[in-house]
Amino acid sequence: MIKPVLLWSDLLFFLLIAATFAGGWLAARTEHLRLAWRRVGRSRVAMAAATLLAAFLLIGVLDSLHYRERLPGDGENYAVEVRSALDALLTGLRTRQERTYSAPLATHLFAKESLEGDQGRDFPRLKHGGAHLGADTAGHGADLLAKTVQGMGVGVVAWLVLWLGFLPARQAAPHLAWDAVLATLFALCLVAGPVLLLAQGYHVLGTDKVGQDVLYLTLKSVRTGLLIGTLTTLIMLPAAVALGLLAGYAGGWIDDVIQYLYTTLNSIPGVLLIAASVLMMQVVIDTHPDWFATAAERADARLLALCAILGITSWTGLCRLLRGEALKLRELEYVQAARALGVSGARILWRHILPNVMHIVMIAIVMDFSGLVLAEAVLSYIGIGVDPNTVSFGSMINTARMELAREPMVWWSLAAAFAFMFVLVLAANLFADVVRDAFDPRASR
Amino acid sequence: MSLPMSLLRVRDLSVAIGDALPVEDVSFDIAAGETFALLGESGCGKSLTALALMRLLPPAARIASGAVRFADTDLCALSEARMRDVRGGKLGMIFQEPSSSLNPVMTVGAQIAEALRLHGDAAARERVVELLAAVGIPDPARRAGEYPFQMSGGMKQRAMIAMALAGEPELLIADEPTTALDVTIQAQVLDLLRALQRRRAMAMLLITHDLGVVANMADRVGVMYAGQLVEIAPRAAFFAAPGHPYARRLFAALPDTAARRSRLATIPGSVPPPGTRHAGCRFVERCGEALPVCHAAPPPWREYAPGHAVRCHLPALPVLAGKVGVTEGNPCGTGGTVADAAAPGGAPPLLAVSDLQVYFPIRKGVLRRAVGHVRAVDGVSLVLHAGRTLALVGESGCGKTTVGKAILGLQAPSGGALALDGAPLAGLAPRRMQMVFQDPYGSLNPRLRVGEIVAEGLCALRLPGDHAAQVRELLAQVGLDAAMAGRYPHEFSGGQRQRIAIARALAVRPGLLICDEPTSALDVSVQAQILNLLGDLQARLGLAYLFITHNIAVVDYLAREVAVMYLGRIVERGTTEAVLRGARHPYTQALLAAVPRIAGGGVEARVAGDPPSPANPPPGCHFHPRCPRAEARCRASYPDETTLAADHVVRCHFPA
Repeated sequence: MIKPVLLWSDLLFFLLIAATFAGGWLAARTEHLRLAWRRVGRSRVAMAAATLLAAFLLIGVLDSLHYRERLPGDGENYAVEVRSALDALLTGLRTRQERTYSAPLATHLFAKESLEGDQGRDFPRLKHGGAHLGADTAGHGADLLAKTVQGMGVGVVAWLVLWLGFLPARQAAPHLAWDAVLATLFALCLVAGPVLLLAQGYHVLGTDKVGQDVLYLTLKSVRTGLLIGTLTTLIMLPAAVALGLLAGYAGGWIDDVIQYLYTTLNSIPGVLLIAASVLMMQVVIDTHPDWFATAAERADARLLALCAILGITSWTGLCRLLRGEALKLRELEYVQAARALGVSGARILWRHILPNVMHIVMIAIVMDFSGLVLAEAVLSYIGIGVDPNTVSFGSMINTARMELAREPMVWWSLAAAFAFMFVLVLAANLFADVVRDAFDPRASR
Repeated sequence: MSLPMSLLRVRDLSVAIGDALPVEDVSFDIAAGETFALLGESGCGKSLTALALMRLLPPAARIASGAVRFADTDLCALSEARMRDVRGGKLGMIFQEPSSSLNPVMTVGAQIAEALRLHGDAAARERVVELLAAVGIPDPARRAGEYPFQMSGGMKQRAMIAMALAGEPELLIADEPTTALDVTIQAQVLDLLRALQRRRAMAMLLITHDLGVVANMADRVGVMYAGQLVEIAPRAAFFAAPGHPYARRLFAALPDTAARRSRLATIPGSVPPPGTRHAGCRFVERCGEALPVCHAAPPPWREYAPGHAVRCHLPALPVLAGKVGVTEGNPCGTGGTVADAAAPGGAPPLLAVSDLQVYFPIRKGVLRRAVGHVRAVDGVSLVLHAGRTLALVGESGCGKTTVGKAILGLQAPSGGALALDGAPLAGLAPRRMQMVFQDPYGSLNPRLRVGEIVAEGLCALRLPGDHAAQVRELLAQVGLDAAMAGRYPHEFSGGQRQRIAIARALAVRPGLLICDEPTSALDVSVQAQILNLLGDLQARLGLAYLFITHNIAVVDYLAREVAVMYLGRIVERGTTEAVLRGARHPYTQALLAAVPRIAGGGVEARVAGDPPSPANPPPGCHFHPRCPRAEARCRASYPDETTLAADHVVRCHFPA
């Protein structure tokens, strides 16, 4: 028996997804918006990027379905740990801990240690990595190869199943670039199949300092990355857009007030402001332990607070950009014509100014996404980032940073975080690029 | 066509962008000391031709075929390093927009010195001053040390010319050299170019869309249409009897007095986009006299007279007498006249503006206190009756657009009074007055569909009725297909966009339309369509127009009354007849003299210098620093109004 737990960040994450789908549904009902989305659907790049994003989103959603396990015995007692559906799926990865660093797919630890019973110094055998090979690791290479080939076979079979599964959708919407979707899925399956099989017996991406599986950590980081990247933008966006457009369009004292506000905010060193806010927030959290039933809830509160603080301190750049754009747009003749027709200021902002700055907003969202994930890493470094219990790309990069100086180098934590972040941010960039082009009537034929 | 002593010889030049050939098989010669004008509407390939000669084509374009020989050099075969010596040294070029052709962070002198150094002239400093003096810049030694932002537009164009002259070019390519300039400044620059050419025996390739400029500058004319030269002729022969139907229709589309009260001939349709495959003549779709053969085979060059060749199948060359020989675009349904209601009886005027002032504060310091004012509009009074057209004429920066905006309520006036139908007016009156703007590309929101744009006023004012039906009706009224309501503005040409803008203004059924240079961004043939439309609408709906423009020909064609503005004040107003035929103010006279006319006469730069800044107008009469007649009292006091006739008022100390 389990008891579902809905963390605040889960709620916001699901709301965000629901809002995206609702927006998509509304767009599908309006003809010209549907045409624009159809242009997105026809683009191979966009569909491939969307497939990758969907894969990341799936991981994020699985990792947001939290629950507490019922403890054995009588009564309504539940475990203190809050787990997610992803944790349940990855129980093997989570529980097969080593003692310390081991390279990807290794059978021995990374560093020599004094072995028990005075056998001298050597690389100790891993507890789990390649355990099925027994003491003799001679068949290591052959085993890897066999598992990879088998895994690819599994991947191809999985892909064929997906291919069949997509048949009805392809018939329903033949104009979409399904070939790009299937090609991306094929690549994903081809990678995921071997990883799946190899992960049964090995640590595919190695282990970190305390012996946790890096693949597990990377998958767990996806949700944190998505949350920090999207929730922060969501928090800052209304302020940046509303204040920026208002300052640019209204001018006069309103402009002065908003300008003074963001220049003042900008003149305080960002890290200092964030550090102060995070520390204050930490004190509040620490002095009210009764607010949080579990450690996960506390970590979650801290993550949300971090998003809020990053959002509050990062809206000034976009705001300034939009103010300049609105200043330019309000002098354009179609805005003048609208004023001459007696259109109200709010309506001009909504109909004439906002749609013409949306491309800037969209670019800003995507650019900020990667920037925010990195900001989180920097903040984790000075100890004011996410809760130590929360796994994130930032904390992974941060712990891996120290090991780059080692000889030989421990590269896999960093490489894993880098590869995942790279794919995530690249997919988001490419997708946003196509969306922006599709919604620009001047660029379409 | 080949002249014995041709300096530049272009043969079958084609420029390709992708698969399209925006310039195809262009051949012409320019003799030493001669001015050859390349005439054509926007997008016909004339600028690309010039850039191809200089081998300065944009990266997407390339010379597909053809030969360019300059004196004894094959320009197409030169290496890029050798070509750099030719540019500036043998071929000089000046561009349309002087403000973006000069580097804003270098002094003008330094930029000219750079050009001199490149062509091996070491004693730069004196040469710079010499060149600046040669292009008529006063106080050249001081001006050489100034930055472009310290100079006016005309001054900058002179500096550009000085730069082009630095290498002592044998051929000067001038790409729309005066299009961005005011008409009095244009006259000065054209004067200068003519004088320089004579003095230096320099050949000139003049690229322009303005028939008036061609008539005043060119020795020979080449007309381009859709990437091809369609006619080459000596100037006199061309203006006496243009051969190609396109050229003849261009003449007919020009508004002027002769065409007053009649519809202008228009050229139906629009220029085919580059990349269109042509089986026959490129003009055939728009030609009224097309023969079957015109659709089938590309027309050959026909020599009508020595030196006058036309690419056309039509055999005869009907002599152009006035506007005879030109078929009308489509006859007007309202009796073929531009309606202009007769003077009303005792009714109050539709619009009465008295002593309108618009001052913009100049703010300085931390507290942003106003330290002075830009007097954009300084005491303007106007009267406009229902169903009539009043033209407000002036050069850029004289405040005419601000007058329009202040009347409309887009700009809060600093003083004065407005009255509509005798009732005082403050702020917007969207149901009574609307505005049509200059830039057909900036006046429509690219994110809205045409139907939404036109319905904007209906929605904003919550007017009753079926908006979709009204939009269809409005689009039909301005000559557009109702089915176009679902499309986006970028799918339309400039003329169609201007029609959409007019439909949007008409949606709320105003009695007065303020037209702010509605045709200045359009080609001549399209301008004629819009002017016809405005005439029709006035006849049908009884609209009054306040027509803000700098184009005297349009005023002459369209307006019943004219007010001439200079530096925020009206210096002369009256009926079109009185003001344009019997101008009394020296500024009006100078303005009229500066307009390049087709029918000979030549432009005359009657005034020197540039208009002063409205932030710091000269004392006394604002015009006195440029006025040939100025005396002591002009410097002391601003002249009062002198009424010469019932409706002809002038503000000058010497009205006689």
